[in-house]
Amino acid sequence: MDADSLVLSAQSISKSFGPVQVLFDVDLNLRSGSVHALIGENGAGKSTLMKILGGYQPASSGSILIDGMQVRLADSATAEANGIVLIHQEFNLAEQLTVEANIFLGRELHNGPFLDWRGMRARARTLLRELETDIEPQQRVRELSVPQKQMVEIAKALVRDARILMMDEPTAALTSKESQVLFKQIEKLKAQGVAILYTSHKLEEVKAIADNVTILRDGAKVIEGPASEFTVDQMATQMVGRDVSDLFPQKSAHEDSAEALSVTGFNVPGYVEGAEFHLRRGEILGFAGLVGAGRTELMEGIVGLRHASGHIEVGGKAVDIRSLKDASHLGLAYLTEDRKGHGLLVDKQMRPNVTLLGLDRFVNLFIDERAEDRALDKSIEEFDIRAPNRQVKVSNLSGGNQQKLLLAKTMLVEPDIVIVDEPTRGIDIGTKQQIYEFINALAQAGKSIIVVSSEMAEVIGLCHRVVVMRAGRLTGELTGRDITEENIVRLAVGIEGDKVA
Amino acid sequence: MSADGADKPRSGFRISYSVLGPLLALALLIVLGASLNGNFLSYTNIANVVARASFIGIIAVGATFVITSGGLDLSVGSMAAFVAGMMIIIINGLVPSLGGGWPTIVVGILAGLAIGSLGGAFNGLLVTAGRIEPFIVTLGSLGIFRALITFLANGGTLNLDFTVSGVYEPVYTGDILGVPVPIIVFAVVAIAGEIIMRRTRFGRHAAAIGSNEQVARYSAIKVDRVRFLTYVLQGFLIGVAAALYVPKFGSANSSTAVLWELQAIAAVIIGGTMLKGGFGRIWGTVVGVIILELIGNILNLQNLISPYLNQAFQGAIIIIAVLLQRSRRTS
Ligand SMILES: Nc1ncnc2c1ncn2[C@@H]1O[C@H](COP(=O)(O)OP(=O)(O)OP(=O)(O)O)[C@@H](O)[C@H]1O
Ligand SMILES: [Mg+2]
Repeated sequence: MDADSLVLSAQSISKSFGPVQVLFDVDLNLRSGSVHALIGENGAGKSTLMKILGGYQPASSGSILIDGMQVRLADSATAEANGIVLIHQEFNLAEQLTVEANIFLGRELHNGPFLDWRGMRARARTLLRELETDIEPQQRVRELSVPQKQMVEIAKALVRDARILMMDEPTAALTSKESQVLFKQIEKLKAQGVAILYTSHKLEEVKAIADNVTILRDGAKVIEGPASEFTVDQMATQMVGRDVSDLFPQKSAHEDSAEALSVTGFNVPGYVEGAEFHLRRGEILGFAGLVGAGRTELMEGIVGLRHASGHIEVGGKAVDIRSLKDASHLGLAYLTEDRKGHGLLVDKQMRPNVTLLGLDRFVNLFIDERAEDRALDKSIEEFDIRAPNRQVKVSNLSGGNQQKLLLAKTMLVEPDIVIVDEPTRGIDIGTKQQIYEFINALAQAGKSIIVVSSEMAEVIGLCHRVVVMRAGRLTGELTGRDITEENIVRLAVGIEGDKVA
Repeated sequence: MSADGADKPRSGFRISYSVLGPLLALALLIVLGASLNGNFLSYTNIANVVARASFIGIIAVGATFVITSGGLDLSVGSMAAFVAGMMIIIINGLVPSLGGGWPTIVVGILAGLAIGSLGGAFNGLLVTAGRIEPFIVTLGSLGIFRALITFLANGGTLNLDFTVSGVYEPVYTGDILGVPVPIIVFAVVAIAGEIIMRRTRFGRHAAAIGSNEQVARYSAIKVDRVRFLTYVLQGFLIGVAAALYVPKFGSANSSTAVLWELQAIAAVIIGGTMLKGGFGRIWGTVVGVIILELIGNILNLQNLISPYLNQAFQGAIIIIAVLLQRSRRTS
C-alpha cells in the first residue's frame, strides 16, 4: 500500500446541523484499488461524511485533498468532475422515467443534437446483464421492486466511470445472492484501480470485502486499521461500545398453541400461486427466498394491499380482508420493506408519522396531540430512536433511525399478528439486538410474528419455523434444527422440492 | 471548505418566514392603506372588504382541503355560477306554491347546498373511481358548469323573483351585533375549517395523502374516500357561497363568478398551503383572500396608480408567495 496510491484524503472534517454537531474532526484516506469500509451505529455520521465527500453537503470545517491537491466540492457535479460518485442510502431515482433514462440521467449520450437512445439502451442492457438482473432498460422505475431499484442505482453509478466510488449501504436491500454479484463488480473495479468507500451494517460482508476499516462512534473516528486486524465481534464492540456477540435472544419455548392465522389456496395474480401456511400464537415464522420470490407480494395480498384471492382464517374464523383497514380491525399489521416509498411521510415530523396508522387511538372527536406526544416519547424510548430534536423532519433522520420510527409506527397499534418485511434493513447491530429481543418478547406475550427477511442469519437466529419461497410458490418448510443456511438456499434456488420446471 | 454548515437555523428562519410571510404582507398592506387614505381603517371600509372577500374566502377554505390532499379544483367558479342559477330557478319556481317568504328561501338554500355537494361529488367520483387527473376532470367540469348556466339563462340573465329578493337581501346586507352576516358565515366556515384541518382525522389524513399517497395507503387510510370527501366539501362550500351571492346580486348569468377558481387557488397558495399537497393552512388562506381583496381596495382609495393594475399586483404577490414556498421546499 504505497503512499502514491492515495487518491482522496479528507482531513479533520466536522459538520454541524445548526447547534447539533454530527461529525468531529474525522480523517479518512482512500487508496486506489482498495476498499475502505466505514462502519458505525445508526446516526454515527456515515452518510453525512459520504455526502460531504460527494459534494451534496458542505462540511463545517476541514479539508479534502484529491491527488494531493486541495479541492472545494461545491456540489455533486464538481465532485463528479473529480471522479467521485456516491450511491445514496435512500434511492434517488426518477420514478416515472425508464431504467435507461435513469441510468444515464445527466450523462445522456448524444448523437449530434439528439439523444442516442440506441447507444444508451445497449449500454444499459449490458450493464444490467453484468449485474445479473432481469430488469429491462425500457421498464419504468416505479414498477421495480426495492432490490431492483438498488441494482439500478448501482448501474447508474457504474456508467459514471468513477475513480472514487462511495456506496452507502448498497446491500441493505439485497439478498446474499445479489450481494455476491455486487461484490464481483467491486473486485472488478478494484482491479481497475478504483478507490471504494463502503458502508454496511452487515459486518461479515465488511470483513469479507474490505481492505481497511474506519469505525465511527457518535460522529468521531474511534479506530482505523486493516480489515484483517478486526474480527466481526471486535468491529461490533467498537461500533456500539459494548459487547454484542449474543445477537439473538434464546428462542422462546414454543409449544403447539392455537392457530392465529391460516392461509390456504392463496393467489396474488402475477406473483404468487397456491400459497398455504399456518401461523400459531406465540410463533415467529420466517419467510425466506430470493428477491422476486413473491414474499412481499404474498404478505401485501394477505393484508389487503393487493388484489388477491384465497382463504384466510384469523383465530379460526374465516375472514374477508379487502383493505388494510379490514386487516387492522382483525389485529393484523404489516411493516413495509419500502420505508421511504410506502412507510414514512419523510417531509413531516416524527409525531404525525408515528401515529398515522394508529390515529384512531388518539381521536375522540378531535386528535389528542398530547397523547400523541406521549406515544412518541414512548416510541423514542422503546426503540431507541436518536433524533437531533423532536421537530426534525423525518428525511433528516439517519436511515436506521427512520427504520426504527417505522417499527414504532407499526407496533403502536399493538397488533396480535404482525408481519414485518425486512424489519432490520439498515439498522445497526446494537439496535438489531434490541429489535430481536422485542420481537421475541412479543412472541412470548402470545403474539404471532411473520418475519420476511433476506438476511439469512436473522431468519435462522430468530424464527421457530421457516417457509421458503421461490418464483411465487412455497417450496418448503423448515423447523428446529433443520433451519440451516444450506437447507434454505437449496429450497430458495430450487435444487430440492422442485415441483415446477 | 469554509462553507457554513448552519443549515438548521437557516431552514428554521425560512419556515418561520413562511409562517410570518402572509401576515407580514397583510400588515404592510394595512399600513400602506392607512397612510394613503384616512377612511381605510374605518369600520365600514374594513367590514366591506371582508364581506366582499367572503365569497371567494368560503370557497378557498374548501380549496385548501382539496389542494392539501394533492388535488385541484378548477371548476369552483363555474360551479358557483351554476349553483346560484339553480337556486334562482328553484326559488322562483317555488314562489307560486310556497310564497315569497322564508320557506321558499330555506328550501332554495338547502337545494343550493345539495346541488353544490353533488357537483363536488361528481368531480370527486371522476378523480377517485375514474382515476383521472384532477386537473383534467375539473377543467372538464369547468366547461360543463359554465355551459349549463349559460344554457339555463338562455344566454341572458336569471333574475331572482322580486318578492323574494326583499326578504332574502338581509342575508347579505344584514348584520348581527353590528357584524355583517357574510363575515359571520365566513368566520364560522374558516374556524371550522381550521379545526377540521388541524385537529381531526380527516384533516390529518388529507395532509398525509397529499404528502405521499402510498404511505397513506399503507397506513390503512381510505385514500379514495378522503379524496372524494374533499371535493364534496368543496362543493358544499360553493353552495354556502352561492347562498350569500344570490341575495347580494339577485341574478346569475354566464359571466357570474368568472375566474374565481384562480382567485381561490391564489389565496390558498399565498396563505402557505403547498400546491403539490401535503401541507395546508386554513388561516393562511383567509389571510390570502383578504390580501387579494385589500389590493383592489387600496388601489381604489388612492389616485397615483391606476386601479386597472389590480391584477398585476395580485399576480406579483402570488409569484412572491410561491418563491418563498419553493425556497422552503429545497432547504
Ligand atoms: N439535514 C439534517 N438536519 C439535521 N440533522 C441531520 C441532517 N442530516 C443528518 N442529520 C443528523 O445527523 C446524524 C448523522 O446522520 P447520518 O445519516 O450521517 O447517520 P448514519 O451514520 O448514516 O446512520 P445510519 O446507519 O442510520 O444510516 C443523525 O443524528 C441525523 O439525524
Ligand atoms: Mg446512513
